[in-house]
Amino acid sequence: MTTLRLGFARGGLEIKQFLRSRESVVFTLFFPLLLLVIFGSVFDAEIAPGVSFTQYFAAGIIAAGLLTTGFQSLAIQIPMEREKGILKRLRGTPMPRTAYFIGKVIMVLAIGAAETVVLVATAAAFYDLPVPSTAAKWVTFGWVSLLGISACTLCGIAFSSLARTGRGAPAIVTPVALVLQFISGVFFQYTSIPEWMRTIASLFPLKWITQGMRSVFLPDSFAAQEVGGGWQLGYVAIALGAWVIIGLALCVFTFRWTDRG
Amino acid sequence: MPIVNAVTEAITVRGLHKRYKGHVAVDGVDLDVHRGEVFALLGPNGAGKTTTVEILEGFRKRTSGEATVLGVDPHDADAAWRQRVGIVLQSTGEFDDLTVREVVHHFAQYYRNADDPDAVIERVGLADKRGARTRVLSGGQKRRLDVALGIIGRPELLFLDEPTTGFDPEARREFWGLIRQLAAGGTTILLTTHYLDEAETLADRVGVLVGGKLVAVDTPARLGNRGTDGATVGWRTPDGPRQEQTDTPTAVVARLAEQFGGEVPDLTVTRPSLEDVYLRMIGAGE
Repeated sequence: MTTLRLGFARGGLEIKQFLRSRESVVFTLFFPLLLLVIFGSVFDAEIAPGVSFTQYFAAGIIAAGLLTTGFQSLAIQIPMEREKGILKRLRGTPMPRTAYFIGKVIMVLAIGAAETVVLVATAAAFYDLPVPSTAAKWVTFGWVSLLGISACTLCGIAFSSLARTGRGAPAIVTPVALVLQFISGVFFQYTSIPEWMRTIASLFPLKWITQGMRSVFLPDSFAAQEVGGGWQLGYVAIALGAWVIIGLALCVFTFRWTDRG
Repeated sequence: MPIVNAVTEAITVRGLHKRYKGHVAVDGVDLDVHRGEVFALLGPNGAGKTTTVEILEGFRKRTSGEATVLGVDPHDADAAWRQRVGIVLQSTGEFDDLTVREVVHHFAQYYRNADDPDAVIERVGLADKRGARTRVLSGGQKRRLDVALGIIGRPELLFLDEPTTGFDPEARREFWGLIRQLAAGGTTILLTTHYLDEAETLADRVGVLVGGKLVAVDTPARLGNRGTDGATVGWRTPDGPRQEQTDTPTAVVARLAEQFGGEVPDLTVTRPSLEDVYLRMIGAGE
């Protein structure tokens, strides 16, 4: 009970800190929005009857937003906190360790929700992205977002143990996130990517999140254009669920509070 | 196996070793810190002060030896133990865009028996900075914030790792006042420092750590037999100043008084300073 209360207190503090840090607000919230505006304005060709690349890209960037908030920001922020001694300081208090992670999850959920709302609203208002029309699509949107951001968050926390210094973190995290976005159907249509790249992409969560998002925002007629000939929501759930478990295991076994033992 | 008396001893250490790849940081340290005392660990950089303290804080694993802190092996430090221990790390805390007040109030929530955050902010002298974002604080002010976070849980034992490094003399003096206040309130304090005046002013006892070994433990006044041997008596003769090294300064002064038939001109009796003793020790230890 105390753990949960302290977790929420940490979450509140993390959100406050996030909102006061202009760089992180701009990077996390407005960068995907900027991409949406640029791509939406430049590539507006039809890729299938009634489906423009802008719509395709909007679904992709909503998915990528979850990757940015969950994976990228944590995998960069946590090594910095480790380097600054913030983690060590927390370890020196009676704070239950879990409260730290609950705080991070709350922060990611709040930012992820805000970002998704901004992206969906912008895409719907300016780039003809249809807002989900059926309850079933809203449900899919809900579970794909939640499962997706959970997988990304856990992978972000796990990945944070790889960076040896805080300053080095962006250099090893950003390329991973960027490459995944290129091969997972965000910047390019997934079907236009060479098969070997698709094989790699399908090992990671982002490909499955983009696919799930397309099932929500693109017309069902587009399902036939997918590599698997359908939305494959079952596979989406299995792949993301598996990454939640893998991410959690990696977190538990690799998380480091200090630089050295 | 030493018998540990957790009632009178806050910290008991026997045969403490810490080996890193290729070098020994702590090499067989035995140490007792009594409840309610201020104990200063002195030593040059790299002598093993921080390693020793971080083992006692439960941050590092020791290679061998025994350690008991408040009756608990710090290696098994749990939340209940952390409730009773305050830590001021060597590195200054960074809380970026949060205000002093927010940080102290937040940390107060971790402790069952936390002190009043506003009173603690006042006590460390940050009252007029309570609404300031921590990134704009000066080095000394950040250090006071560290201390505020160290004492917010009303610890029985407070670790201070080089708390005043980078302070100007005035800030240091104010800080000493704060530490004395805490000590007067019954808090046991283990302090590391490389300022001898700091150790002399604050500590009930001083331990000198050189090359991972504790070479001396005593009160600042008696460290290295400062109080008993090697006094220097100085005075002025018509031919100029004279000095005499002696183990019996009183006898020398009596003799001089008789010789001069009263006041001895420019009489001084000096003992080696803590610094003299310390430099001799770290010279001998290396």
